[in-house]
Amino acid sequence: MNGQGDNDVERLQAIQFSILDLNLYLDTHPADKKAMMDFDALMKQFEMEKRNFESKYGPLANYGYSPSQYPWQWINAPWPWEMR
Amino acid sequence: MWIYQKTLQYPVKVDTINPQLAQMMLEQFGGPDGELSAGIRYLTQRYYMPLNEAKAVLTDIGTEELAHWEIIGTIAWKLVKNAPMEKIRGTAFEGHFANCGRNPFPHNAAGVPWTAGYIAVKSDPVADLHEDMAAEEKARATYEHLIQLSEDRGVNDTLSFLREREIVHFQRFGETLDKVQEYMSRKKYY
Repeated sequence: MNGQGDNDVERLQAIQFSILDLNLYLDTHPADKKAMMDFDALMKQFEMEKRNFESKYGPLANYGYSPSQYPWQWINAPWPWEMR
Repeated sequence: MWIYQKTLQYPVKVDTINPQLAQMMLEQFGGPDGELSAGIRYLTQRYYMPLNEAKAVLTDIGTEELAHWEIIGTIAWKLVKNAPMEKIRGTAFEGHFANCGRNPFPHNAAGVPWTAGYIAVKSDPVADLHEDMAAEEKARATYEHLIQLSEDRGVNDTLSFLREREIVHFQRFGETLDKVQEYMSRKKYY
């Protein structure tokens, strides 16, 4: 992936990082209502971005967490260590 | 159960071909305070843990460490994948190449293979969480050494991200330790 693809991956990485870091915070602050509201909002944004990303580049995750068009798209390049 | 996502957690943009630096990166791929040790350490310590918060923190940080392991492997790979033999001969990567070729392998910068001796489980949450906090600080210090060794700006950007994650993990483990100690003083068992 290059050019626009790079930007798309980086946008996805940025939002997922916010979710991951908030997830760790919530593990030790499970009753923080404001953080939970942020988490819900980020998740909605992520679901949208994920659908958009997958329609352009194919499945993001394995084992049924992403749909695939015919033929099976999961095997397609680039793999994470091959991205520019 | 784990689900794989086909992206890195953070971008890896390597600016140079540098087998010597790749060998140094392997310190965090298969060294005592590296990402593999971290992931296996935390995921292994979960079973006896008395508090749900602690089980969640070990699961989630352990999982993030495996994503970091993949980032380090990607840095090491990108530093050598297009390296001609004249750039490999005479460097610290030569011994790695003799066995493994260009693909990364979990050994430290000096070539010592990874061992489960780098991790510990005590079935004692105070002992284990202290080990985890120390491990995060040692990993942070290792990243600072690697940043000093590297003159590749792309590599250093990714290493700085990983260094910051060690600090956040230390914080979360510290909060977990507080909760565990509070729980144990309530239970009063010795």
